[in-house]
Amino acid sequence: MNLQVELLEENSVQYYKVVGEIDAFTAPVLKERLAAVENIQELKAELDLSEVDYMDSTGLGVFVGFYKTVTSNGGHVKITGLNKRLHRLFEITGLSEIIDIEKKESEDNNGTI
Amino acid sequence: MAQYDYIEIKIPAKAQYVGVARLMISGIASRLGFTYDDIEDLKIASSEAITNAVQHAYGADDEGEIVVGCALYEDRLEIMIADHGASFDFEETKKHIGPYSDASEARFLREGGLGLYLMETLMDEVKFHHEEGVTVFMTKYLGGERGEEDVKRSANS
Repeated sequence: MNLQVELLEENSVQYYKVVGEIDAFTAPVLKERLAAVENIQELKAELDLSEVDYMDSTGLGVFVGFYKTVTSNGGHVKITGLNKRLHRLFEITGLSEIIDIEKKESEDNNGTI
Repeated sequence: MAQYDYIEIKIPAKAQYVGVARLMISGIASRLGFTYDDIEDLKIASSEAITNAVQHAYGADDEGEIVVGCALYEDRLEIMIADHGASFDFEETKKHIGPYSDASEARFLREGGLGLYLMETLMDEVKFHHEEGVTVFMTKYLGGERGEEDVKRSANS
């Protein structure tokens, strides 16, 4: 059970690649990493969750908090690479209506089968 | 009374062990023949309940324990999660589990928020018992023949 958060800055977009499981134990790590940039004015952040194998409400809580802070500072958060499971979590909690999310490309194809 | 096998694990009330209990749930659900999606639902729902117990049951310095008990039936999995550390008599505790009541579970609603919502959405049945700590009792049926999830979802929307 582990979580890695890697930051790659591309053309002023803070691109985070999150790898592993997000739960009660690892969510504080993620929160801390994101807190380092959330107060930057007009921050453009992209969180790639394509390699997150597990997530529950502790992870959603971190993303909601990050989204709120970044948005209040005039920035934008985009969450990408959601597999079917993660996407469903955002859907059933209603967060997909609020936060800018994007499914994994391969999942789009699978979804139509 | 229906026959069932019973498996119990007791973990320290610390966040690093939520994943350990989750692995057990995953293994049991897989043994019972739940689908991939149902196993993921069970992992999330039980993690939510255990996380609640870790975060709210004890003070920061307390060395509490959480008991996770699973009853494996032919057609369903029942999971009981108690934050007061004592092993329970599954049948006896089950008798005292009442229907979900808003008044007595104000703490869960207030602080559990999204976690409680996920538990209720992902499981077929969730009940609480408030005596010597909190006990959460959750059921998921194999094959989802209950079809309650959709009913709940529309009720909540």
